[in-house]
Amino acid sequence: MSSLSSVASPAAVLPGSPAGGKRAARRVLPGFHLTLGYTVLYLSLIVLIPISALFFKTFTLTLDQFWVAVTSPRVLASYRLTFGASLIAALVNLVFGMLVAWVLVRYTFPGKKLVDALVDLPFALPTAVAGISLTALLAGNGWLGQYLEPMGIKLAFTPAGVVIALIFVGLPFVVRTVQPVLEDAEKELEEAATSLGATRLQIFTKVILPHIMPALLTGFAMAFARAIGEYGSVIFIAGNMPMISEITPLIIIGKLEQYDYAGATAVAVVMLVLSFILLLVINALQAWQRRNAGAPA
Amino acid sequence: MSDKQAPTLVASRTALPPEGAALARGGPSRRTPAQPVRRVTAGTTEAPWVRYTLIAVALLFVFLFLVLPLAAVFTEALRKGFGAYLAALQEPDAWSAIKLTLIAAAVAVPLNLVFGVAAAWAIAKYEFRGKSFLTTLVDLPFSVSPVVAGLIYVLLFGAQGWFGPWLQAHDIKIIFAVPGIVLATVFVTFPFIARELIPLMQAQGNDEEQAAIVLGATGWQTFWHVTLPNIKWGLIYGVILCNARAMGEFGAVSVVSGHIRGQTNTLPLHVEILYNEYQSVAAFAVASLLAILALVTLAIKSVAEWRHEADMKAAADLPPERPSFVPSPAGSGPG
Repeated sequence: MSSLSSVASPAAVLPGSPAGGKRAARRVLPGFHLTLGYTVLYLSLIVLIPISALFFKTFTLTLDQFWVAVTSPRVLASYRLTFGASLIAALVNLVFGMLVAWVLVRYTFPGKKLVDALVDLPFALPTAVAGISLTALLAGNGWLGQYLEPMGIKLAFTPAGVVIALIFVGLPFVVRTVQPVLEDAEKELEEAATSLGATRLQIFTKVILPHIMPALLTGFAMAFARAIGEYGSVIFIAGNMPMISEITPLIIIGKLEQYDYAGATAVAVVMLVLSFILLLVINALQAWQRRNAGAPA
Repeated sequence: MSDKQAPTLVASRTALPPEGAALARGGPSRRTPAQPVRRVTAGTTEAPWVRYTLIAVALLFVFLFLVLPLAAVFTEALRKGFGAYLAALQEPDAWSAIKLTLIAAAVAVPLNLVFGVAAAWAIAKYEFRGKSFLTTLVDLPFSVSPVVAGLIYVLLFGAQGWFGPWLQAHDIKIIFAVPGIVLATVFVTFPFIARELIPLMQAQGNDEEQAAIVLGATGWQTFWHVTLPNIKWGLIYGVILCNARAMGEFGAVSVVSGHIRGQTNTLPLHVEILYNEYQSVAAFAVASLLAILALVTLAIKSVAEWRHEADMKAAADLPPERPSFVPSPAGSGPG
């Protein structure tokens, strides 16, 4: 390593400084300006400039207009549904995602590899397909609906259906964030706890749970963020009744179809700001997770 | 999906290997033959009835939320027999939807592939200010609602958008036409490949590339002969997920499409139209094509993942300060 950087230092960007040894070595590789330049250019063209268009469009509204657009009763009802359903779905995924990850890591059973592969189905299956399929299952004449509806449980075309669809789309997140952390968990800690007289439940709550907590919360936040923005799978099963089962992305579509671009933009800005916040939260959680994993356990 | 790699790596790099840790504490050597061994095993797993209950509940959850919806697609598609199924797929509108979906993916995947490799090279191989901010921005399209993603392009290129009047004057149609659909697809699939490659290339480090450069290879030679073989499986993994999303995207494409039958309908949009027209069998027949795509994706993904994990492990198992004379296990890669 040291011989490498001394050979290469004439070409390096910062030769002199002692701490720059590593830095200099890194710059030995060509293509920094090309790849970084292309990355920033492409990112700006596809993502940043278009998103800034959204904010500029909002500035054409007065504050009053903006406020009216984002707080009308119908829009408020859609926030409540989108948040509430996303929160419930993410909580369900938190519990069952942890369970599935646990079972996949700790136990052996026939078909385990198949189940492991199948967990990613919601990533691979187009949301519209998931939407019509879940609706077909839960509608009054569907495989599940025909048994549930006589019992008074109506899921399709209700807010409960929205929750079901959001559980589906968010399912892989918790499993896939918790799984690797569980795999890496050191069994020695559990053995030590056992030899000190802890019960299995105590070990789970005091040893295992703290270890996987950052990953659990990361998965939860990702499932929540995904659920907030979800559109395709929800609109088929929701029934889309204004004030009852209309999600916020559908409000945006509705406003667009009435050529109310300003109104659509205002609601979109609310959603976009929320996604930024969630993205920052997820980043912070992931940083915590890395520290947690890196710290001597 | 991609998030599982980074923590795995960090943990396994910093933690002592389990055997080493056990030895350091003098664990195994002090053990008296029979009893303690059993107690240790009992302490790190659950009673059989707990185990079986947990497995059963997890499998029931997976069955209800994953297996049933998948099975329902094919059952509904074949409800009126195989003839009706084939007839639904041979409709001209279905064909034009297939064609448009393929076009959108054929543009979006290569564009994001080039971007993904460039971004991963810049972010993983160098230190620079604002790197973590840039990484966050790359992730941004993941957290933006697909509907909002579609809307931002309408605001740019729509009739009332920034470039709307100019585009109209030059008779170029982007929104409610194929270019808009392609753009929206590029946006929603933007981070897939970069996100796969960044943690992988960070894990593999720069030593092999530096050695190649010092030995006189050009940048391109280094990339083709050293880097690319190392990241092959991660790349395939990212491409396949990117492709699945590109072909299956609904929300963003729905906003910019205009739903003109036979012209601006992708497969998912065609499913929606058929479904809303109560042509259930046809809708599920087209949906089954997408479900097959999903299954193929999962199959390739699983294979790529196993190889990819082997690569990650090979990179992670390297000692932090590797003596320069040891040939790299990561470099020997799976043939």
